[in-house]
Amino acid sequence: MQKNMKKGIIKIVIVVLVFILAKFLIREGIIGAYTERIIITVGINIILALSLNLIIGYTGQLALGHAAFMAVGAYVSAIFTTKLNLPFVPAIILGAVAGGAAGFLIGWPILRLKGDYLAICTLGFGEIVKVLIQNIEYVGAARGFSGIKLFTTFGWIFLFTVLAYILIKRVVNSVYGRDMRAVSQDEIAAEAMGVNAFRAKLLGFIIGCAMAAFAGGLYAHYLMFIDPVSFDFNKSTEILTFVVLGGIGSTSGSVAGAVILTVLPEALRGFGDFIKTYRMLIYSIMIVILMIFRPQGIMGNRELSLQNLMKKGNTFNIKGGEKDGIA
Amino acid sequence: MVTFFQQLVNGISLGSVYALIAIGYTMVYGIIKMVNFAHGEIFMVGSFLGLFAVSVLHFTFFPALLFSMIGTGLIGALIEKVAYKPLRNSPPITLFITAIAISMLLKNLVKTNFLAGPNPHSFPEVLSVDVFHIGPVQVSYIQIIVLLTAVILGALLQYFVKKTKTGYAMRVVAYDKDAAALMGINVNRTITITFIIGSALAGAAGVLVGIMYPRLEPTMGTLPGLKCFVAAVLGGIGEIPGAIIGGIVIGFTETMTKAYISSSLADAFTFSLLIITLLVKPTGLLGKKTFEKV
Repeated sequence: MQKNMKKGIIKIVIVVLVFILAKFLIREGIIGAYTERIIITVGINIILALSLNLIIGYTGQLALGHAAFMAVGAYVSAIFTTKLNLPFVPAIILGAVAGGAAGFLIGWPILRLKGDYLAICTLGFGEIVKVLIQNIEYVGAARGFSGIKLFTTFGWIFLFTVLAYILIKRVVNSVYGRDMRAVSQDEIAAEAMGVNAFRAKLLGFIIGCAMAAFAGGLYAHYLMFIDPVSFDFNKSTEILTFVVLGGIGSTSGSVAGAVILTVLPEALRGFGDFIKTYRMLIYSIMIVILMIFRPQGIMGNRELSLQNLMKKGNTFNIKGGEKDGIA
Repeated sequence: MVTFFQQLVNGISLGSVYALIAIGYTMVYGIIKMVNFAHGEIFMVGSFLGLFAVSVLHFTFFPALLFSMIGTGLIGALIEKVAYKPLRNSPPITLFITAIAISMLLKNLVKTNFLAGPNPHSFPEVLSVDVFHIGPVQVSYIQIIVLLTAVILGALLQYFVKKTKTGYAMRVVAYDKDAAALMGINVNRTITITFIIGSALAGAAGVLVGIMYPRLEPTMGTLPGLKCFVAAVLGGIGEIPGAIIGGIVIGFTETMTKAYISSSLADAFTFSLLIITLLVKPTGLLGKKTFEKV
């Protein structure tokens, strides 16, 4: 107990120090506006990747419409701040609640089915949400929703990203999280052991959707303009590539995936005209090559933590053995 | 009533093109249980190959169709060999991500200035634009050709799958890959042939769409790709006749919603249809019920 508390305090101190350092660098102008912009995008993408990883990695359900839940959160929170003049934090929390409710609505009937049906249904749901928003005049229809106030600053992003990471860690290691992991490995065996597979899947799905909606709220109040097309199938697959690149079922892997894939296209921008023109081409080839040579992603399903770093290369494995397949 | 029959004609011709694309999804899923999300882009490439054949090589309709089918067939085989084959035994999600990356690759490749460039192209007229009148209903020459081509290709495919030795091998591999290998069937070759046929049909659909809606751009494959995937699921994924029925149902729903309800909500209806089908009959219209063995 004492040891855990000591470790916890060390972690908090490190996080606070990193925050103070970053804040200092931004104020002194060493980190410019462009870099700050990338950092904020990275933060939002980390929350998205963590939330999808909870569904795909820990609950074992393939979901392909994650951008739709992000859209729900973005639009609901934007309505609350601009039309109803609610403060920022309650508004994005309400957005997250709306996203969770949408997750419940789609998950409750579908998660009873086995196989790839959740993937197909969430894909369809993503398209439906996009088309519906395009037809709602109240939020600007296809023209997009403009006039949202800027609330998402570096401080908020830092705070919420850290909180999201802690939340995921807590969920995964809770009783419910153990149920989810059991279901993702073998649903029938888990049910035989008395796990309520449907409840575990639904819970994981709803938490993931609510978090995605929360990230959507942050996104809306950062860009100050949202339109339905930016939450299409491409956005969903982008989030999915973060998770898969980092390693399915690895929380630190999701963070790594989100950081690398957000920074990479920006970094390629700085390499002269040739790479600038073909950066999306290079990006897609790199993903194909990575999938062929390291299909389990960067981290596999291992975790990077303080303890492991101290032990040097002795990474512990939360699931015991490489996971051989999901979905 | 006249509008209804008019939309019926339009729906069937659009649906027959969707059916051609959906067959590719369903064949590939049937044989390696993989959702080939690059399939919509193969369709787009087919459209551009048709455009190249018509405007640069000055082919007429039929040779252009053949050219595009051979081209997409080869591209399909290449993608399978290079990107999917090394991942045969990895989890479905890895294959899925690879397919998405391939689809991005094809889109961005066509977008480069060496090939088509980012701006839309228009398909030249290769068929006459005559219109026939059957009572008050208008049927264009193009619609008849499109429907005929789709029916002939569908019939050829059905013959190939049911009557030839290779088609038999395909069905066996889809049923049980390991047992098929033990019986001396070359599984890898069979899978490659499946990809070639599926991609060639998507290429044909690309040319047909180019003729019906003559506006080609590198992003044109994504939405039809998703819709045809819906069609394949609707008909029961893995079943070729199911894909044909699913394609026609989707084409029909789309034109009917556009005519009677709202043209901007048409896609939402298509995808709602998918969710409703999955809730009522999860295996699709023609799908067989499978039991999970422990």
